[in-house]
Amino acid sequence: MYDIKALYQAQSVADAVALRLAHPEAQIIAGGSDVLVQLREGRRAGAELISIQTLDELRGVSLEGDGTLRIGSLTSFSHITRHPLIQKCVNVLGEAADQVGGPQIRNIGTIGGNTCNGATSADTASTLFAYDAVVELTGPEGVRRLPIGEFYLGAGRVDIRPGELQTAILIPKDSYENCFGHYIKYAMRSAMDIATLGTSVNIRLSADKKTVERARVAFGVAGPIPLRARHAEELAAGQPVSAELAGRFARAVKEDINPRDSWRAARDFRLHIAVESAKRAFLESVKLAGGAL
Amino acid sequence: MSKNVGKSVPRVDAYEKAAGRAKYVDDLCGREALIARVVHSAVAHGFVRSIRTEAAEAVPGVVKVLTCFDVPDIPFPTAGHPWSTDPEHQDTADRRLLNRHVRYWGDDVAVVLAENEVAAAQGAAALEAEYDVLPFVLDAQEAMGPGAPQIHEDCPGNVLKHTSLRRGDYEAARREPGLIKVEGWYDTPTVQHCHIENHSCFACQEAGRVVVVSSTQIPHIVRRVVGQALGLPWGKVRVVKPYIGGGFGNKQDALYEPLCAWCSTQVGGRLVKLACSREETFVSNRVRHAIRTHIISYVRPDGTLAARKFEAFSNQGAYASHGHSVAAKGMGAFPQLYPCENVECDAWTVYTNRPAAGAMRGYGIPQAMFAGESHIDDICAAIGMDPLEFRRKNLMPVGYVDGFSKNELYTDSFNQCIDRGMEALGYREKLERYKHQTGPVRRGVGMAVFWYNTAVWPISLESSSCRMVLNQDGSLQFQTGETEIGQGCDTAYTQMVADAVGVPLEDVHVVSAQDTDVTPYGTGAYASRQTYVGSFSIVQTAAALRQRILDIAHGQTRMPVSNLDLVDGKIIRRSDGRVLKTLGELAAESLYSLEHSQHITAETTAQIKSNAYSFGCSFAEVEVDIPMCRATLLRLVNVHDCGSLINPALAEAQVHGGMSMAIGYGLSEELKFDEKTGRPLNNNLLDYKLSTFLDHPTLEAKFVENPEPTSPFGAKALGEPPACSGAPAIRNAILNATGVAIDRCPITPHVLYRAFQNAGLITD
Repeated sequence: MYDIKALYQAQSVADAVALRLAHPEAQIIAGGSDVLVQLREGRRAGAELISIQTLDELRGVSLEGDGTLRIGSLTSFSHITRHPLIQKCVNVLGEAADQVGGPQIRNIGTIGGNTCNGATSADTASTLFAYDAVVELTGPEGVRRLPIGEFYLGAGRVDIRPGELQTAILIPKDSYENCFGHYIKYAMRSAMDIATLGTSVNIRLSADKKTVERARVAFGVAGPIPLRARHAEELAAGQPVSAELAGRFARAVKEDINPRDSWRAARDFRLHIAVESAKRAFLESVKLAGGAL
Repeated sequence: MSKNVGKSVPRVDAYEKAAGRAKYVDDLCGREALIARVVHSAVAHGFVRSIRTEAAEAVPGVVKVLTCFDVPDIPFPTAGHPWSTDPEHQDTADRRLLNRHVRYWGDDVAVVLAENEVAAAQGAAALEAEYDVLPFVLDAQEAMGPGAPQIHEDCPGNVLKHTSLRRGDYEAARREPGLIKVEGWYDTPTVQHCHIENHSCFACQEAGRVVVVSSTQIPHIVRRVVGQALGLPWGKVRVVKPYIGGGFGNKQDALYEPLCAWCSTQVGGRLVKLACSREETFVSNRVRHAIRTHIISYVRPDGTLAARKFEAFSNQGAYASHGHSVAAKGMGAFPQLYPCENVECDAWTVYTNRPAAGAMRGYGIPQAMFAGESHIDDICAAIGMDPLEFRRKNLMPVGYVDGFSKNELYTDSFNQCIDRGMEALGYREKLERYKHQTGPVRRGVGMAVFWYNTAVWPISLESSSCRMVLNQDGSLQFQTGETEIGQGCDTAYTQMVADAVGVPLEDVHVVSAQDTDVTPYGTGAYASRQTYVGSFSIVQTAAALRQRILDIAHGQTRMPVSNLDLVDGKIIRRSDGRVLKTLGELAAESLYSLEHSQHITAETTAQIKSNAYSFGCSFAEVEVDIPMCRATLLRLVNVHDCGSLINPALAEAQVHGGMSMAIGYGLSEELKFDEKTGRPLNNNLLDYKLSTFLDHPTLEAKFVENPEPTSPFGAKALGEPPACSGAPAIRNAILNATGVAIDRCPITPHVLYRAFQNAGLITD
């Protein structure tokens, strides 16, 4: 039995916006895999909820005219993993989504919820950072788009304004074109776990596969929000592909990441795992891109 | 006689459970029940100064708030041990229904009774408790030290109990020239049982008596404890145990039944339900004792043992529960498993401000085996001896008799189990193949044996009672006090009853639920003893029932009893094999006889004055990714000599479950506490790393079946043994792979990171 004060069922995006304005204290609920857990724990006891669960217009993956990949915010993890456009353009995102929780959670949990929750550990978030994803918000003034790095304000806090709801995640064509990526979820068990550290790398090689044109790397749980390791990216750009480069690239991530000491894991342990994960994800990405090592 | 015993017949409750028809406590509770929500201490140690209840009482739907200032001043014991009429052997009575002196974060200080769960939760949140906070201690050895906070008024120094074992002269023996000293400290964690069904119970009053329906392993014992805690004559208490979703020892304790029963008495006997959340189950039920073990072995270069010392510091937590019995069992195994002429053993069970530790699958043996079997491989590393050769040379020999229990090792179980395990894993070939590895990812193999004994004779009462009632169609119901808790004893018993009485399996109906008003006395499910002790009373009661049946058959057929037999539900004339009548015809004629109507039943109590060794081993193969600080279990093989198998498929399933627990114990599970506050940090199934299906390799269970001579069907313990040797086998495989001897479990990536740093295997 949940302590819920009221549940408002949105009939459309416009209706959801109106409900948000009418009930400013209300919490949006999509799949419920985070919100209901929080309610059960008493963290949102007595909450009002606005359900967007039935808004099918927010489900699905498509390509926009300019090649931007559009992922509706209500798209479930399992649908993301299995979608042909995801597999073709950003397969790593599907792989990351497939490491969330267990099968039941992946069937109800949504990418919108995963990002709106503002957790640094969200399995899809580091890949979205690594692909310079753009968050689409719809509110009373219409649509607002902002880079995912600006969407995250701090631990558990995201930039959703009064009346707004997140309606899509967009991945620009330049982010994924000719890019190949790999995500390593480091957790204490092989399923049903939260990441101790998430590492997402993607790489674009030159036409002859000998040079790294561009490397991007983002981490979850290496700071209060997901973050990019720009020093490592700059170090690798334009460099000849080699195993030695992977090592240098990996060590350079320490310039940017700042994991904390907690009972879940020590800072030095997370730093160690970050370097090793960055190396392995870099090497795997190079392989996927057709590079020789 | 054994038409059914020894066969993999389907579980008798399989269809009910798979179809969702089996009723558990929560299914049975009336919807009118008041919901009891326990309010727990938010400090690790202190006194409740005051509790303000007005705000809670004002919450709509809250019916009553009861606090530690309201409860009867009756300390009571909770351990699921048979009661002893000798005060010297009674369990420690050290808690009240709600406690003013709170001794761990999560202790019970108040309870809110409300019309529904939301009101109960709101009421609990509105309660304002103030504490006089005292210093706390989480570590057993620190709790023994000078200046440690005293946790129980009558237990200065916090040592609940200290016992010793002495053999020969350790001090003299260790001076023998040429000995190699091997010393180690081994830590095991606080873990929880994590049965699927959290503990829950409901209670009401009927005709002046208290009725409690509970998810428990031990209904007859709970009845006694409820009586003690409430100050009621035990006959005023009735306890019912329906199907339960696992227990693993947590429910071998009176948990919240006394409090729930008392709450009902405070609201005029109304129905009250108390269901634990998972978070409460982790903290405010029972846990397994964290034990730190110190072992010193003086070894001759030829691999024989000259002298050994064993010290165990068992973390009891806040309340005595099963107390010292757990550490004592682990210590008892030490001098037996590797007999040595000169041994000094000491075990201390120490109160701390952790959750109370009670029984958990293995009862001290998983801790003792982790320490003892890790130490054996450390000895082998020190003297350069093959771990299997060392074990074969030193393990308990055939013919060994323990002077206290009179247990005897009748057969060469250890060598036979080791042979099967080696063969199954390909141990020798792999040991050879994995020599001289240098890369970042290395493989290794390791093994460990375990010692276990079935049942509790002669430490405490061992009896079993059984009742059989024949129906008019020749089918029968039977009941025992031993409880089905998921392990399958209802099925094993049904097989035994069919064979022992002489009726088809489908004609035997087990009364699965225990009801202390009607079920014959039995102490419940624990000590891996159900199959063993239950078989005594089943065989004895079956013989009594057969005697009655054949006497009646004599009356009905005029054939002498000596020429009659009951086979497969038919009365047979022995001399020519003719079927004289079916058991159904006999029973109907007997019951409806106008001349002398007889309802055919039998009930007996069997005295079990024996106990049996149940031995085996685990073999593990691991792959260690050194830079990633991760050990992956590739294979795990368990081999058991649990005597003759009653139901091979169920036996295999039992072993799989135990292996799963051993994997979590070895690699991932640990209940953690905040050093600054004593607060539990990970009392939920996300942060407490119970291993998942994907963390398991295919689990391989093998058996060596040497029939146990003391046991009616040749069977002995298999409930707990599968959980005992897996963790040290994994630890020893990691040692084999990396050369790094880990001194604690669980062997998490955090532990491997530090160990590999110290060993110079990783540098940052």
